[in-house]
Amino acid sequence: MLNPVNLLRQLGSRMVEGIWRLGYATRFFGAVLLNSGAALRRYPLTLREIYFSGVLSLIIIMVSGLFVGLVLGLQGYEILQRYGSAEQLGTMVALSLLRELGPVVAALLFASRAGSAITAEIGLMKATEQLKAMDMMAVDPVARVVVPRFWGGVIAMPILATLFSAMGIFGGWLIGVVAIGVDDGSFWSQMQASVEFGHDVWNGLVKSFVFGAAVALIAVFEGYDSEPTAEGVSRAITRTVVTSALAILALDFVLTSFMFRGTS
Amino acid sequence: MSRTTLDLWVGFFVAIGIAALLFLALKVGSFSGVQMEQTYQLQAKFDNIGGLKVKGPVKSAGVVVGRVTDIRFDPDTYEAVVVLAIDSRFTFPKDTFASIYTSGLLGDQYVGLEPGGDERKLAAGDTVFKTQSAVVLEKLVSQFLFNKAAEGQDQK
Repeated sequence: MLNPVNLLRQLGSRMVEGIWRLGYATRFFGAVLLNSGAALRRYPLTLREIYFSGVLSLIIIMVSGLFVGLVLGLQGYEILQRYGSAEQLGTMVALSLLRELGPVVAALLFASRAGSAITAEIGLMKATEQLKAMDMMAVDPVARVVVPRFWGGVIAMPILATLFSAMGIFGGWLIGVVAIGVDDGSFWSQMQASVEFGHDVWNGLVKSFVFGAAVALIAVFEGYDSEPTAEGVSRAITRTVVTSALAILALDFVLTSFMFRGTS
Repeated sequence: MSRTTLDLWVGFFVAIGIAALLFLALKVGSFSGVQMEQTYQLQAKFDNIGGLKVKGPVKSAGVVVGRVTDIRFDPDTYEAVVVLAIDSRFTFPKDTFASIYTSGLLGDQYVGLEPGGDERKLAAGDTVFKTQSAVVLEKLVSQFLFNKAAEGQDQK
């Protein structure tokens, strides 16, 4: 039955649960940072996680970057040649990739490729009581399992975003210069004239670092907090992808409004 | 997977990441401001600066020799005061002419310096007195229309 009091009660309990989870996640983040020192000294564990979340995401990141660049080249040329400024194609491709598309799309792909894997792994470890077993052996599961995965993601993400942007610019060059025939020299020189390393490239790197930290934290937290059942793990993976995507887009808006506020 | 292959792959990953960053730094972007470490400041007063912006380029003979660092409004003379940071490798004569030009038809605006023949040079903190304001497109169009209208009346 549709009972307004019941609805209100459900809404209230949802909100309280959300705030409770937020507080728990913050405390968890604190624990991850506190345990970072000890875990990073055992760097082979982190290296292994960089391999799993970074190296294994290489193919998807590079291929998607290439295709995004190809599309940007086609669409950008289509619009720019209406104003007779097709030489600006390089500028358009490079700026849109470096500032927005590179960090954001790479982070979205990273969340669905590596974030979901991290959540599944930790969730399954919890469901099969491996985490409890570690605790019994006086091995802190946060330091042994969670922290290497977190830092692996944080380190891999900027590298992946950089590769995404570089491949995208290469794709834009392929379409613009090789296929359509925009002048090679003006493509690069116009790009260099308007892309500034300290402003555009660096802010893109900062963005991807923040996204990497957000995605990695959400992934390890959802895995660690998942219900230890098959259904619970699957729900945790879904939450990882959804929450990461929302967090990336919201953070992107906040960071962009700080970094690129009307100047230049 | 054995330790060495793992290390190899992670090393490869980091190496191509650094290669991509170098590509972005050297081929795509430019380090503006690096080649102009030492600058001195000049002032120029304009009646109208049009769309000139802070960080816009200052060019002489088409070569970038400095940047616009500040734009203020002078409440006494009702003029715009533009502060220019000029690369200290270059000095200009006292009677240098500063004008505001547009690169291309609709491009960014920049300050162009045309050196005069004076023996004395502009020093840091000096003011460029000979200036020419930006061309405002609306004024040009209205002038053109006005002249056309006047011509039409003459013929009658």
